[in-house]
Amino acid sequence: MHDLPPQGNSFGTEPLLRAISITKRYGSFLANDGIDLDLFPAEIHALLGENGAGKSTLVKMIYGLIQPNDGELRWMSRKIVLGGPSEARELGIGMVFQHFTLFENLTVAENVALGLDPTESFASISERLKETARLYGLPLEPKREVWRLSVGERQRIEIVRALMQNPKLLILDEPTSVLTPQEADQLFVVLDRLKGEGRAILYISHKLDEVKRLCDTATILRGGKKVATCNPRLETAASLARMMVGADIGEVKAASGRDVSVPRLVIHRLSLEPDDPHGTHLDQVSLEVRGGEIVGIAGVSGNGQDELFAALSGERLSPSEGAVVIDGLAAGTLGVNERRRMGAAFVPEERLGHGTAPRMKLSENALLTGHAASGMVKRGFVDKPATLATVDRTTETFDVRKAKRDPEAVSLSGGNLQKFIVGREILREPGVLVVSQPTWGVDAGAAATIRQALIDLAGRGTAVLVVSQDLDELLEIADRTAVMFHGRLSAPLNAAEVTREKLGLLMGGAKTGEEPDVEEASHAVGA
Amino acid sequence: MPLVLERRSERSAMIAIASPLIAIALTLATMAVLFAILGKNPLEALDVYFLEPLTDPYSLGEIAVKATPLVMIAIGLSLCYIANIWNIGAEGQFLVGAVAGSWLAVRTNGTDAGHWVLPAMLLLGALGGALYALIPAICKVRFGASEILTSLMLVYVANFGLDYLVRGPWRDPHGMNFPTTADFDPVATVPTLIEGGRLHAGAILTLFVVMAATVLLGRTIMGFEIRLVGAAPKAARFSGFNADKLTLFTFAVSGALAGLAGIIEVAGPVGHLQPDISPGYGFTAIIVAFLGRLNPVGILIAGLFLALTFIGGENAEIAIKVPLDLTKVFQGILLFYVLACDSMIIYRIRFISPLRKPAHANV
Amino acid sequence: MQMFEAIMLSVIAASTPLLLAAAGELVTERSGVLNLGLEGMMIMGAACAFAGAYLSGSVVVGALCGVLAGVAMSAIFAFFTLGLAVNQVASGLALTILGTGLSGLIGAGFVGQRITPAPQLHLPVLTDLPLVGRILFGQDAFVYLSVALVIGIWLFLYRSRAGLVLRAVGDNHTSAHALGYPVLKIRALAVLFGGGCAGLAGAFLPLAYTPFFIPGMTAGRGWIALALVVFASWRPGRLVAGAYLFGAVSILQLHAQALGLGIPSQLMSSLPYLATVIVLVLISRTRGIAGSAAPASLGVVFVPDR
Repeated sequence: MHDLPPQGNSFGTEPLLRAISITKRYGSFLANDGIDLDLFPAEIHALLGENGAGKSTLVKMIYGLIQPNDGELRWMSRKIVLGGPSEARELGIGMVFQHFTLFENLTVAENVALGLDPTESFASISERLKETARLYGLPLEPKREVWRLSVGERQRIEIVRALMQNPKLLILDEPTSVLTPQEADQLFVVLDRLKGEGRAILYISHKLDEVKRLCDTATILRGGKKVATCNPRLETAASLARMMVGADIGEVKAASGRDVSVPRLVIHRLSLEPDDPHGTHLDQVSLEVRGGEIVGIAGVSGNGQDELFAALSGERLSPSEGAVVIDGLAAGTLGVNERRRMGAAFVPEERLGHGTAPRMKLSENALLTGHAASGMVKRGFVDKPATLATVDRTTETFDVRKAKRDPEAVSLSGGNLQKFIVGREILREPGVLVVSQPTWGVDAGAAATIRQALIDLAGRGTAVLVVSQDLDELLEIADRTAVMFHGRLSAPLNAAEVTREKLGLLMGGAKTGEEPDVEEASHAVGA
Repeated sequence: MPLVLERRSERSAMIAIASPLIAIALTLATMAVLFAILGKNPLEALDVYFLEPLTDPYSLGEIAVKATPLVMIAIGLSLCYIANIWNIGAEGQFLVGAVAGSWLAVRTNGTDAGHWVLPAMLLLGALGGALYALIPAICKVRFGASEILTSLMLVYVANFGLDYLVRGPWRDPHGMNFPTTADFDPVATVPTLIEGGRLHAGAILTLFVVMAATVLLGRTIMGFEIRLVGAAPKAARFSGFNADKLTLFTFAVSGALAGLAGIIEVAGPVGHLQPDISPGYGFTAIIVAFLGRLNPVGILIAGLFLALTFIGGENAEIAIKVPLDLTKVFQGILLFYVLACDSMIIYRIRFISPLRKPAHANV
Repeated sequence: MQMFEAIMLSVIAASTPLLLAAAGELVTERSGVLNLGLEGMMIMGAACAFAGAYLSGSVVVGALCGVLAGVAMSAIFAFFTLGLAVNQVASGLALTILGTGLSGLIGAGFVGQRITPAPQLHLPVLTDLPLVGRILFGQDAFVYLSVALVIGIWLFLYRSRAGLVLRAVGDNHTSAHALGYPVLKIRALAVLFGGGCAGLAGAFLPLAYTPFFIPGMTAGRGWIALALVVFASWRPGRLVAGAYLFGAVSILQLHAQALGLGIPSQLMSSLPYLATVIVLVLISRTRGIAGSAAPASLGVVFVPDR
């Protein structure tokens, strides 16, 4: 669409790295489909796309972690085949991953030393580390233990470690997803500097305003294919969002025409500290879901969705009982089973290990959520026929395909297991249903079944809350959609007024869903 | 390394069933080698250990007598281990149960107490074991202290406690200074089942415990909770189960069973309280639990098998002059093989050809 | 004066085997492996050390036999837990049972025999110093070795590259593997080292503490050593303090009896074990906010993805 003529700068006109028609298959799933990419020195090149678009896969191949099925890579005009990351590093390719490889209880210097060649003395590494860190404005204290550092500071270790190997190409995978706005600014200063030194930078992100601020070029992936290469500074956030999430703007969902009744699930100023230090702090989350409607929560994973689900299900108790209200009764301090007895049902994101016990039979997995309120337990004894009956009913109603009547959960395909998990909850005719990522990793047929089931359930008067990264899905079934970002929930948008771009902007951190002009967009976030 | 361990895509059902048998076979082979090193005829030794005790009724009775505490304790331990809770202190709980029940026997000794004494003793024994087991459980739940170490340390404490009591306050004044209480009155003794043998009613109780455990694990919601907490802790939380409460429960139950086994042993075969009422039942029960694959019926069979080796060991000491310690060696080796075979259910061993470069994991 | 010296000497003697065993286990656990079989390795060390010393007439040969016995036992453990990914807790128990049984077999023939105990140092002026002379300069080689061992371990862990890598493996075996380090090999070496130390600790008992062998003479010291490692928060410096503290508590009963305090001997004997429980509770409580000081991947099975 907005392809550019060949580039050149003072560092040469030949691309440093060329990816030619790179393809990667996992079984029948095409993660990358014939992707071309040119990276030039002294350039910051963005790789844009939604979750699942294929960015990580492409980049892992450039770093030698996996091999392409088709296509080739050329480094400085020479064809290369990378057997592993160490070979990539030798060529001069460095990578800063989204999920760090650090040792929490060791010091900064020790962490850096462990990632470098053992022939250099520890003292020398410490010195070089301090110098490099200082040079690039990423201050690090060599003697501090990593667990004391903020996530942003930890990322500095990864970056400095990569820089100490003098890379010609530095790849950064979603680097600002864990940074504060100020830390992101500091990072951009560093990246500009690296660019000035002639290095090439491949910057993976889904944050449009950042990319517009920072990057010279942007390649956009969608569904494993390359959609465009363009100059982000010449685009609007809206046009970038459109390329990222799909060109059809017209898919706006009309008002459902369902009878919407009273609020059956109310989240009232819910604030919660995360269980684990890498988690997200929930901040005054408020939302009402009425009977008969489907409310969606969109957002990139890692913005507090897991914590919110745990607070709603009762796996984590809220500080106040009024933070979560189910059918008018304060439930914030009640446990999971009590909430189930109140008529609430839950479907977590993780099918195996959380939603089901993988090695247990379906009947036992039916018991897993059914024992509290579904008549499967009589005087402490499990009514096995009742659990089997649930399996049978679920199988029939939701078309769950399996090899025998009552197999282990792990033996079902993703789609069928998901139909079972969603089905067992829907069959309870709950008053409130909270479901997280209902069709993630699920084949199209099963996804359609599940979505229709959710719509039908709402039609019967249930309040349905759907947390999903799949915008198509939310646009299809949600009556109202809010966006989760950094632990905060935006105000919901009605189906009539919601658009992909608005959601895309909110997912990227914009303050409102309205499409501002270009200046305002960069103003709104992190400036 | 040309050999690597790899996770199977699906548990191997075949090995799951055959695992205890393979382990036993491997152990027997290793023992044969050991016998040879000790200068004994391997086949003869194996015969004395494993086959001879099966040949005469008195031996069979003795096997049942020894199996009774083993199985009872192991059932309790299996409940803990299924839920990934490590009660290593069953030996101590056994002793404390014995002491608790014996208190009543000593108190009522020589008086004209009625038939309520024995049931009361059994109750006290179970209670004592349960309370003693709650100590490491509470240390874990409240303070996060390793239950492995705390439960084990308490074994030594229990041992010393028992020693003190039988040498001091509870010593039989007419016992010629032996460290033992007076023999228990008939009302404080567990009745035998067969005239002339030592097989006693405790065996019936043990069978009952096996059946109860089978029902608990297979049919009740409590059993489901135990299995779920061990199998998928996150799903257990999602199911509304509280891991702390379960820790307290399983420790209390296994302590109660160990304590019950203790008082039965003292009030049955032994007949009075003395320092060495246990040849390490609490520890051998751990092996019984694993060999029985944490399944009540499996434990019953495993318990009988290990009891067999106890008797075999005693016979071997006399018949072919093999020290009793060999039984411990056998048990240790057996446990190793059982664990290894269990591992093979989830993993397989593969050759990696030196030509194929292993792909790097994430960096 | 006399009593102070006597008490200190007995404390040192009681603490040395604890220190030796715990030091080795500390290294093992720092690499991420939990070896509960200390008691079994120690008692095997004791049996083989005595047998070796008796048969060869040399305490040094005896000590070497003890060390080798510990290494051999730990090799069995390493094979099962690292090679076959078997549960470490259960394996440790199996090792203890096996070691206890084997040591009985080996030691049986030597019960009742005596050997010449390990010689104690005697320096011309120093050893005869009043009060501290014998305490500091009149010990046997085991005591000096135990101190040297702890210092060596400290230097290894905190001043050497290899030690850094070991600590990294114990902290996060996934990151270590991702960076290319041979996690299983490093752990195996750590386990063998721990076994050797345990064997040496066991050897101390029949070679220096008492000049004879009794079956089961370790009397639970292996388990106490395990608790010691927790008490020391996996740091060598605190290990020395802990070992001497526990050593003092364990011989308290002898001196209490000498003082005629009338406390039942069994209560005094159970003090070290009760103290261990109390210490474990206190330590785990104060951990609280800072998180556990244990190596993060302690006891976690590691099977590398291929």
